[in-house]
Amino acid sequence: MTTVLDRTRNARAGIVQHEVAAVNRAADRALYASRQTIYPKLAHGTFRRVKWLAMAVTLGIYYALPWLRWSRGPDLPDQAVLLDMANNRFFVFFLEIWPQEFYYVTGLLVLGALALFLATSIAGRVWCGYTCPQTIWTDVMIAIERFWQGDRNARIRLDKEPWGAAKIGKKTMTHLSWLVVGLATGGALVFYFRDAPTLARELVTGTAPIIAYLFLGIFTATTYVLGGLAREQVCIYMCPWPRIQGAMTDRHSLLVSYKPERGEPRGPVRKNAAGAVDWSTRGDCIDCKACVVVCPTGIDIRDGSQLECIQCALCVDACNDIMDRIDRPRGLIGYDTVAKQEAIAAGTHEPLRIVRPRTLLYAGLFAFVGLIMLTAWFNRRILEINVIADRIPPYVMLSDGSVRNGYTVKILNKLHERRAMRLSVRDLPGAQLFVAGFERGAEAQIEVATDDLREIKVYVTAPAHAAGLSAVPFSLVVTDVRSRVENHRAVLFQSPPRRTGGTP
Amino acid sequence: MTDKREIDSVTGVETTGHVWDDDIRELNKPLPRWWLLTFYATILWAIGYWIAYPAWPTVSGYTKGMLGYSQRDTVARDIRDAEAAQSGMRQKLQMTPLEEIRKDENVFRFAMTAGGASFQTNCAPCHGRGAQGFVGYPNLNDDKWLWGGTLVDIEKTILYGIRSEDRRTRTSQMPRFGLDKLLDDAKISDVADYVLSLSGRNQDAVAIGRGAAIFKEQCASCHGEDAKGKIDQGSPSLSDGIWLFGGTREAIVESIRTGRGAGMPAWVGRIDPATIKALTIYVHSLGGGK
Repeated sequence: MTTVLDRTRNARAGIVQHEVAAVNRAADRALYASRQTIYPKLAHGTFRRVKWLAMAVTLGIYYALPWLRWSRGPDLPDQAVLLDMANNRFFVFFLEIWPQEFYYVTGLLVLGALALFLATSIAGRVWCGYTCPQTIWTDVMIAIERFWQGDRNARIRLDKEPWGAAKIGKKTMTHLSWLVVGLATGGALVFYFRDAPTLARELVTGTAPIIAYLFLGIFTATTYVLGGLAREQVCIYMCPWPRIQGAMTDRHSLLVSYKPERGEPRGPVRKNAAGAVDWSTRGDCIDCKACVVVCPTGIDIRDGSQLECIQCALCVDACNDIMDRIDRPRGLIGYDTVAKQEAIAAGTHEPLRIVRPRTLLYAGLFAFVGLIMLTAWFNRRILEINVIADRIPPYVMLSDGSVRNGYTVKILNKLHERRAMRLSVRDLPGAQLFVAGFERGAEAQIEVATDDLREIKVYVTAPAHAAGLSAVPFSLVVTDVRSRVENHRAVLFQSPPRRTGGTP
Repeated sequence: MTDKREIDSVTGVETTGHVWDDDIRELNKPLPRWWLLTFYATILWAIGYWIAYPAWPTVSGYTKGMLGYSQRDTVARDIRDAEAAQSGMRQKLQMTPLEEIRKDENVFRFAMTAGGASFQTNCAPCHGRGAQGFVGYPNLNDDKWLWGGTLVDIEKTILYGIRSEDRRTRTSQMPRFGLDKLLDDAKISDVADYVLSLSGRNQDAVAIGRGAAIFKEQCASCHGEDAKGKIDQGSPSLSDGIWLFGGTREAIVESIRTGRGAGMPAWVGRIDPATIKALTIYVHSLGGGK
């Protein structure tokens, strides 16, 4: 199965010639076929190291973030990132988002999408290859598999072996470890939704809310199934991003590519009589398929750019390793653009164009949306008033002939202190206002608790409108008694339609 | 179906043996194993469900299931739980004098919520969902109160009703001036002219003069010399802009002819005292409470 080549030329190690075909090769793939197991071999090199680092950073953030504390004063959670569903608040460091401000989250998602577009147009599926949770967790699961069952060849052998004590032991330990990883994933997730130290104690003592256990279970299961069992099938069949990315990349995007101009004609190394290889008559690709066996999605990068490729660049590492051993320059597989490859084929030169209309557009959109978000945030009202006018009845006739309208007013105090508010009417001549539950005539000081909302019933009385209009616009104004900060809401004052000589 | 397994030469897959149009064969592609197992699992689940939960109708009822589950019981338990959860506030509401309720924010909020809910169930059919009233059923939002708009008056009205069968009810009756031939049509017309003039809607001085004389004789004892009404008799003011049975000339003539007066049932004994207190607070807060 393997051929050892030329140990003397390169003392470091032999080159293994793998007799494999890419399992997910588009040309060979039937429309309906069972999944063929992929046994990715461990790669060594720059990109593998970058990926280990990306894994450490992203998982580190994911697991550590809920435990980070952030002081917000009394009566408020001191967790830096807390999605407090029970109290309708999202806390993200210095930000505090109310449900009606969810558009900030939408804006963040839009920014995230645009950043993804930009990254993809510059360097292909960097998200998929380095930071996507599916990639990270699959990597973790494969590492665990390798720990218990050995690398590629050992795993293939193990799967072919009849079931025995050793095989059962190794497989059981692998799956148990996967489940532990799943449990840790789900366990970390629930901490984002409830004070982490409290919830940790509750989880251990069995007193946590049932929904915490439910999500723990769900994420244990999804991590185990998607990361441990489904792996590349998620990327190939479930994820929409491979389909979208085709519209994001173009001739100038850096993609993990095999360079056929340099590699072909490929073939195993044959030495001439002098014991040397004549590289002038052949390509650099020795068809060792090192790039195929490390591929986590089971493709052959030499077939060109394809949907299954998550651009993890492990084949780059594998190939560079081989190139070092056969004393050929690195980069037979590497980040390259279609335009540059075409230029080489045509014998011309094409520079790398990172700044081009597409990237400028995405960057511009990113800056634009970011600016809108910042503007919105800095103009965020810390005092808001919402008004719902009574529908039944729209107006009430009083005995002295005046008209009264009722409103449900909600005052939102987004400050972390108790505030006293005053409510007044603007632009409605002769109008009088009183708040249900307060003495009439006296000015009502409405206390709104820290970071809270208060709902009050408000009545506005005005002389019947003479202009023949049945609805007159005016404003309800709420004013912070101490700081004089105010906000208002435009509302309508309804009166009965005026008929000449009519009766009530 | 043939006994021998037929293999399709192109795909190498077994066929079902069905043939259409001489040469079209169907490949045998069985359901995926995981799908089939899931399907069997759902069947097992269903059988377990029949045993555990109410499932099959029988001649006289249905199979109860071993867990003894019942939606009716669940609702009853939920209601019991809600009542238990409310009992503290309910007791506090009952202990607090009507005038004091407004001063305790929690009790006031509880009374408003409970009163609002009870209003929709018990009062809305006549007074309307927004208490806006209908002809013959007073609007509870305005500042006109036939029988008084203080907390105590409102509670009394809810407890014992108006012209109800409860012996503590408040009652009065307007004579049927037309039907009982107490006044002829011309005189009724004159009184109506006078009544219209009270809210500035008639200028016929002669008719008003005639009507005023009749009013003083026939109506003033209940509605008052100034026609401002008397709360202890439930007689409305005739000089303002609010008309229980309509303020048009025709409606006023009809009121004088047939005598008016609507009834309201007594709620004492039908609604618990705490809820009646809550209703009082709610109605009083609708905007017109005195």
